Amino acid sequence: MLGLEKKDFRLLLIVIGLTMFAPFILNPFPEGSEMAQFNAGYPDLMQRFVIFGIFAIGFNILFGLTGYLSFGHAAFLGVGSYAAVWMFKLLSMNVLPAIILSVIIAGLFSLIIGFISLRRSGIYFSILTLAFAQMSFALAYSVLTPITGGETGLQLALDDPRILGVSQTESGNIPVPALFGLEMRSSYELELGAWLFTFNAGYYLAAFFMILSFYLAIRIFRSPFGMMLRAIKSNQTRMSYTGLNAKPYTLAAFVISGMYAGLAGGLMASMDPLAGAERMQWTASGEVVLMTILGGAGTLIGPVLGAGMIKYFENIFSKINETILHGWFAFLPDGLENFVVALIYPFIGKGWHLTLGIVFMLVVIFLPGGLVQGGQKIMGLFRRKKPEPTKPNATEPAE
Amino acid sequence: MSNSKFSRRGVLKTGMVASAGLAVPQYLRADAHAGFTNAPSDSEVILGFNVPQTGPYADEGADELRAYELAVEHLNGGGDGGMLSTFSSKVLDGTGILGREVKYVTGDTQTKSDAARASARSMIEKDGAIMITGGSSSGVAVAVQALCQEAGIIFMAGLTHSNDTTGKDKRANGFRHFFNSYMSGAALAPILAAQYGTDRKAYHLTADYNWGYTTQEAIQSSTEAMGWETVNTVLTPLTQTDFSSYIAPVLNSGADVLVLNHYGGNMVNSLTNAVQFGLRQAEANGKQFEIVVPLYSELMARGAGQNIAGILGSQNWDWKLENQLGDRYSGTNAFVRSFGEKFGFPPSQAAHTCYVQTLLYADAVTRAGSFNPCAVVEALEGFEFDGLGNGPTLYRAEDHQCFKDVVVVRGKENPENEFDLVEIVEVTPVAQVTYAPDHPQFAGGALGSCNPGA
Repeated sequence: MLGLEKKDFRLLLIVIGLTMFAPFILNPFPEGSEMAQFNAGYPDLMQRFVIFGIFAIGFNILFGLTGYLSFGHAAFLGVGSYAAVWMFKLLSMNVLPAIILSVIIAGLFSLIIGFISLRRSGIYFSILTLAFAQMSFALAYSVLTPITGGETGLQLALDDPRILGVSQTESGNIPVPALFGLEMRSSYELELGAWLFTFNAGYYLAAFFMILSFYLAIRIFRSPFGMMLRAIKSNQTRMSYTGLNAKPYTLAAFVISGMYAGLAGGLMASMDPLAGAERMQWTASGEVVLMTILGGAGTLIGPVLGAGMIKYFENIFSKINETILHGWFAFLPDGLENFVVALIYPFIGKGWHLTLGIVFMLVVIFLPGGLVQGGQKIMGLFRRKKPEPTKPNATEPAE
Repeated sequence: MSNSKFSRRGVLKTGMVASAGLAVPQYLRADAHAGFTNAPSDSEVILGFNVPQTGPYADEGADELRAYELAVEHLNGGGDGGMLSTFSSKVLDGTGILGREVKYVTGDTQTKSDAARASARSMIEKDGAIMITGGSSSGVAVAVQALCQEAGIIFMAGLTHSNDTTGKDKRANGFRHFFNSYMSGAALAPILAAQYGTDRKAYHLTADYNWGYTTQEAIQSSTEAMGWETVNTVLTPLTQTDFSSYIAPVLNSGADVLVLNHYGGNMVNSLTNAVQFGLRQAEANGKQFEIVVPLYSELMARGAGQNIAGILGSQNWDWKLENQLGDRYSGTNAFVRSFGEKFGFPPSQAAHTCYVQTLLYADAVTRAGSFNPCAVVEALEGFEFDGLGNGPTLYRAEDHQCFKDVVVVRGKENPENEFDLVEIVEVTPVAQVTYAPDHPQFAGGALGSCNPGA
């Protein structure tokens, strides 16, 4: 169906199901209970899950298929965000033109950077992209302050000359991004007993775009073009001996993944109309590499899982503070309570980086294929038969 | 064991019926809508403390968090009450806010505007925080302030010194107690003139970002007004760690004062480099060469060690104020005592401003008799208070900036311990640091009107 094989179609259906029912899946614990701390079903985080999912899917098209490791992908995300916010400032608060422009601008930007960077491969390519991204960050942070807002980021103001639409609402506030009147911030809350589920308009818009991106990614993975990209990964020298020029393919993959990043950036700005320069910093570029490897480079669903995992750690684990820990272990005798808290405390709250680092190490050492490989292993256990020999499309460790 | 069989149609049907049935009570539920976002329940109210726990300002963030913890304890009637006894407004009685127990959630801003906004949004959307406070950088403060305006939440800024927070990026739902670049310049200038004379030539090194620009502008215009001359201004990248190449040309530039518009690690490094180059012993134009650091903090002073000896700068508050300058700064000792008893060392100015902001919010809610952001804004605008450590203070209605005395400090030559690194030179009275709301350094941008959210 939809030009997909049965297996891929099933995967697409699963992804659609997961994203549509995410408000339920991510809020398994009743409101007000001790475990509610671990609920992730609030609009901001759900939006981040899908938006970074898009970002990682796009990155995977480049890294997973061609093996070119770009360390500067965050630059495209940032450029997309800036384009979207400028669109809000100048044209209208409708998110569609903003998203379209951010994809176009990011595409053009990646065309230029890709054209230059792809003259080299391997580590030199990575360094070139890193250099470009850091350059963009530095420019956005200081030199280009009039365009980018510098350190404080590009924001909407009360006196923006919006061509279509008003500069400020009747109550004297800045209008919020909307899709033909449907505000991205608006949510419908469903109370079921002790549970509270939030359905957010912005989340569903982002989820729609993620499903679309996911579908496109499957088509690319299964197309002759995708096969060509894999060929580049496995042996570029041999490919050029057969008379094929690899560069147009890699450049196309680079631009496509840059446009994915731009889409993610545009969506981010639509959910929360601010574009900060930190979005382009090398740590942000590194993060998407981590997401892809953590989930499983070269797999379809892996990057999305990796993105979700990292964002979950960043937003949920970082918020557990000492007081909450003491609350959990209050049943223990005093001395023991303090001991247990002291033991756990370095790994949560501000120590969330540490926990994430450990998880990442474990995954890379024991599951080189990422979380997807972990999932396959568990499935294999339950099926009580040996996992099938790796197929071409199955997980392969990143090179 | 379950032996039910799920057919696709069955599941869909049940799902539809179930969700329709469950959705009905949603419509029938008598809506307890109070007309604003996150109206608290009858028993508790949740505040969001959004501070840097990782990254370059993690130390400041940790100190801010301690102060918040203390403030919550005092609001709930615990501890010795701290500044509640010295505060000029007496409506807070240690029973929480409007009879509701104060609870709090914390988050990590990472000193990045994106992460800070994500963290603040999760506090608003997930934890139901009614007020967000904290931060140790102007970029973050401006970003979170705009978010709170959009969401209809009150924002009480933590440590943020850039003019923009209450200048071009001001918002109706945001309030700043901390002082700003302009005030630093206005407070420092007369003292610089008195100490170093009025015919000095200044060389500025400025961190290449927003706060650096506004600080340089403020210092430059107030020193030039006294007769100083600005020889050169050089921007340094924020990520720079070695400033020797920027310091080297200073001596031959004809300047006799070096102004370091740096903060945090930048300031520690540039000052150390400058001292290593012998600038403090040097003479230029027949005068002793001097270094000035506009914004001081205890934590930076600790980082710079010996090198800060004798260097002038400005602070929002210092823990020795009341001991040295008397009753005008009452509240200082009460706060230092409860902080010291709980944590074992004196609080930093970041901790002080955060503690005070929490109290001011609680007080405003109580006086207004409502958590509605618009009522709180009304209660805070034009509010005059005393007894919170800075002397008589005004929350100006036009830009939501606090006006109070500014402390000018100097690095001690022989510090007795690691918490006593600076000495108070003078306090510049509030009248000298007050400016018109439409001052050019604060131009562009509008407060807008308060937003109570949903």
